[in-house]
Amino acid sequence: MSSQFKELVVDPIVDKNPITLQILGICSALAVTTQLAPAIIMSIALTVVLIGSNVIISLIRNHMPGSIRIIIQMTIIASLVIVVDQVLKAFAYELSKQLSVFVGLIITNCIVLGRAEAFATQNPPWPSFLDAVGHGAGYSAILIVVAAIRELFGSGQLLGYEILPLVKNGGWYEPNGLMLLAPGAFFIIGLMIWGIRSWRPKQKEAADFRISDGQPERH
Amino acid sequence: MPENASPSKAGSPLDSLKAVFALPNNHPNKIIAVAVALCLVCSLIVSAAAVGLRPLQERNESLALKREILKVAGLYEPGLDIEQAFKRLDVRLVELDTGEYVSGVDATAFDMRKAAADPAQSLALGNDDDLARIRTRANTMPVYLLRDGEELKSLILPVYGYGLWSTMYALLALEPDGRTVADISFYDQRETAGLGGEVANPRWQAGWSGKQLVDAQGVPVFRVAKGSVDPATPAAGSQVDGLSGATLTSNGVTNLVRFWMGDLGYGPYLQRVRDGRGG
Repeated sequence: MSSQFKELVVDPIVDKNPITLQILGICSALAVTTQLAPAIIMSIALTVVLIGSNVIISLIRNHMPGSIRIIIQMTIIASLVIVVDQVLKAFAYELSKQLSVFVGLIITNCIVLGRAEAFATQNPPWPSFLDAVGHGAGYSAILIVVAAIRELFGSGQLLGYEILPLVKNGGWYEPNGLMLLAPGAFFIIGLMIWGIRSWRPKQKEAADFRISDGQPERH
Repeated sequence: MPENASPSKAGSPLDSLKAVFALPNNHPNKIIAVAVALCLVCSLIVSAAAVGLRPLQERNESLALKREILKVAGLYEPGLDIEQAFKRLDVRLVELDTGEYVSGVDATAFDMRKAAADPAQSLALGNDDDLARIRTRANTMPVYLLRDGEELKSLILPVYGYGLWSTMYALLALEPDGRTVADISFYDQRETAGLGGEVANPRWQAGWSGKQLVDAQGVPVFRVAKGSVDPATPAAGSQVDGLSGATLTSNGVTNLVRFWMGDLGYGPYLQRVRDGRGG
């Protein structure tokens, strides 16, 4: 793989991560990360949809009329999501019930449409495929880390296996209920963004405005 | 480019199709052709997935329902062979108007939703009768009986009714006396998550155990209280805690239990059970 292709896959994992840098897909990152298992399934589902949509859209990119291109992309993404949803209902029924509407909401996930519009419409299938793999991996990495933290500290388990014995089961760990609520995910994602931007300072954005020092401005 | 706009000049339909796709992308014919082609392909894929996976999904749904039934029967434990364990239950169809069992039919194959939607197999409910707001009620309903030898241990009744947004489906397990709740499970509902959706919360459902649904005359007296149940009131034995922030869902639960315990629901059947003629 040439270095340019490698960048397509590796960059979105940390340097151009869709969640922590582009702040996309936050809704599902909050909603499905109380436990690890649904987060993993959601990651797989989103990656599959992303790869499918990027490759298909890239294949037909030369025949896509500009005036209806967003509709075309939405139709393709929606069809893929329905197929994924049906497959989950057939093969992972319990998890699909836990994920409820969030699989369906992949349709509106900004990452999928964003990559289709920004990358797949302008690049051949192979780079589009790699781009989708990279962004899927970046999304999955954040989801899985957040879900692991939330499940471990919120219910003392990982993938349903007890790691920290809970007080109510005779252990020593009092679970942190905040981790099971959506704000818990907000805190974790916020801290992750802070951590990543301290580690990779070039991700820091220029301030939109300067905070006043409290003195009235003179004109 | 009018000459490109009339692909009918070309020989075969395939050629004309090719000609349309050779048009520039912003040509109206091309736009329509692309849209139609895309919709055809996508609908084919979606319907193939939906139809092809339907049998597997139906099997999952029926397994999930059986597992819920086993749970309220107190037979479920993780890792259990559900189909095998389900054979311990006696599935019967009840003619609701008379309260008698229907013989000679395979009750396990009965689909209450289909039956309720079929005018030939259901009763249309007038506004005054339709407490659970279900509009039609199937003439027959399945019941699941758990026996220990000859002795009836538990009877499980599927019940449903409208809450705030959705029809709530529940399984109600009764003691053999036909009036006391053993367990309940709301297994399918789409109420507001966190408020009405709390009907699915096992902790709330645990509060149902031991509640009397009907009085000595068999009249439904159950209700979901406003706020917590005051243990000092005489009616506390037939009330469960209200769901805070979900008055309409709570009312829906009260009404669906009263409907199904009443004369139009399992009332006649339960009377037979109480008289020792059912079971």
